[in-house]
Amino acid sequence: MKPGTRLKSAACDTEVMVIRAADGQIECGGSPMGEAKPAEAAPLAADFSAGTLMGKRYVDADGKYELLCVKPGKGSLSVDGTALVVKDAKPLPASD
Amino acid sequence: MNIALLLEMAAEATPDRIALVCDGKRWTYGDLLAAARGSFELIQESGAEYVALLDESSEAAVIAVFGAALAGVPYCPLNYRLPDADLAALLGRISPALVIGDEERVLRIAGDQDHTVLAREEFTLKAQETVPGDDAREYDPGEGVAIQLFTSGTTAAPKAAILRHANLIGYILGTVEFASADEADAALVVVPPYHIAGISALLSSIYAQRKIVMLPNFSPEGWLSLVEGETVTNAFVVPTMLARIVDAMEKGVTAQTDSLRAIAYGGGKMPLEVIHKALERFPAAGFTNAYGLTETSSTVALLGPEDHREALASDDPKIRARLTSLGKPIPTIEMEIRGENGEVLPVGEPGEIYVRGDQVSGEYKEKSALDAAGWFPTRDAGFMDEDGYLFLSGRADDVIVRGGENMSPGEIEDVLLTHPAIADACACAIPSVEWGETVGVALVTREGHSTPGEAELKELVRSRLRSSRVPERIAFVAELPYNEMGKLLRRKVKDVLAD
Repeated sequence: MKPGTRLKSAACDTEVMVIRAADGQIECGGSPMGEAKPAEAAPLAADFSAGTLMGKRYVDADGKYELLCVKPGKGSLSVDGTALVVKDAKPLPASD
Repeated sequence: MNIALLLEMAAEATPDRIALVCDGKRWTYGDLLAAARGSFELIQESGAEYVALLDESSEAAVIAVFGAALAGVPYCPLNYRLPDADLAALLGRISPALVIGDEERVLRIAGDQDHTVLAREEFTLKAQETVPGDDAREYDPGEGVAIQLFTSGTTAAPKAAILRHANLIGYILGTVEFASADEADAALVVVPPYHIAGISALLSSIYAQRKIVMLPNFSPEGWLSLVEGETVTNAFVVPTMLARIVDAMEKGVTAQTDSLRAIAYGGGKMPLEVIHKALERFPAAGFTNAYGLTETSSTVALLGPEDHREALASDDPKIRARLTSLGKPIPTIEMEIRGENGEVLPVGEPGEIYVRGDQVSGEYKEKSALDAAGWFPTRDAGFMDEDGYLFLSGRADDVIVRGGENMSPGEIEDVLLTHPAIADACACAIPSVEWGETVGVALVTREGHSTPGEAELKELVRSRLRSSRVPERIAFVAELPYNEMGKLLRRKVKDVLAD
């Protein structure tokens, strides 16, 4: 998956920009995400319904995946069934 | 990823929130995005290969930077202070461009070039009025160049530094948390639009959703009055601006400045006296010293508010000295100090500063300055102390090489500035038959003091540094030459001393 690709959730309003990715399946709400929205919405899986937050970056444990949420939704993000977590941002003082 | 995403996200989250205040006019994130999309149409119609700005800061700068990004055309703000001939040459290098701003001047000096010129008001109005048609627009994916900035070029023709979308996105995502500002926050932007700090200020504030308050023409009175009028919380200034603000306050200019929580500074060496006075004048503000270059998309190291307070309160000279440091590299930047043969130098040893990271472009239109492993030689000289604080000693090109010994102008200047009668000092290399180069200094006598004798000054340097640092030539001048960003123009001083 190319950096800069915009992916849409099949199960909710979530949209993400790919910052970094490997070959695994990126999912939201338990269903694969794609560049186009499917005609029929996928059901929201209970295990992946914590929601996404605008502007948060989501990563996996190995640092292979990083997604930027550009539109929030009810589903939560995963890769091959493993949930992604919010990347801890170290707050810096504004410098410009 | 396209930098226009930063504005799109802000407009998606809170379209009606105030994003920008300029000349009394207020723009929401939604307004700015609509105008940027309108300007995309104007740029496409013009067939321009660049979008240039020849103007002071205004909403047009914000609309143009994002409009150009959407169109996939580099945005190139130009220094309107340049003489006609130099400016015409730069315009020639970006033809055909859509030039926004000083229509009369562009037609006069570059009328034979193939530009489309729009005055600021005309551009802004047309961008607002132009509504994209019903057919879906193909906006640029942002895989290329977002910004092109001409370096000041004191020795040769200006170089065209380029910043890719990826560099700027890397900088913003790495240093700014989306929508982290309160709705009441406001950042006062006074740096000119053709400076990297002027561009990064726009991108950072928009992504943080911090309202931008623009002051196109700096004056201490205007700055203080906007701080009060717009209850400004954040500000970035260059050292000369801060010196003038403090000076105006000492002379009785008053304003309610309690809202100021954060003052960042950079772009040149901050005199200790000025930062001490500023810390007293703005006791509620946290100070941040930012170090960065055009080629690094802005800040790569910073000295934060906590460091400032700690240094001020400390009796330990090593900790107090941090007030003159640039702080530590930001977490997303790798930094090394290297010697002449490219070897990494140990702690405390002065050499050239190298940086690496997503935000580092290190690229010029002509060629990239990055080495094979992606490191950028900044041409700035400095060292890092054992606690990781970075100290700048000047441009690598400014190092004085006397009989094979390298010395930094900064250490000689710092000693001379401890003399009560010396207000400003500049040391530089002067040609020497015996040594190749030797030390020359230009000094400014402090008001109300008589000019000190040469023997006394030489003894001062000898007593504090090695005898090789003792200046061979001393000249007294009325003032030292600085550019409008507060950068000391050492080459001009060199010319004076060489005569």
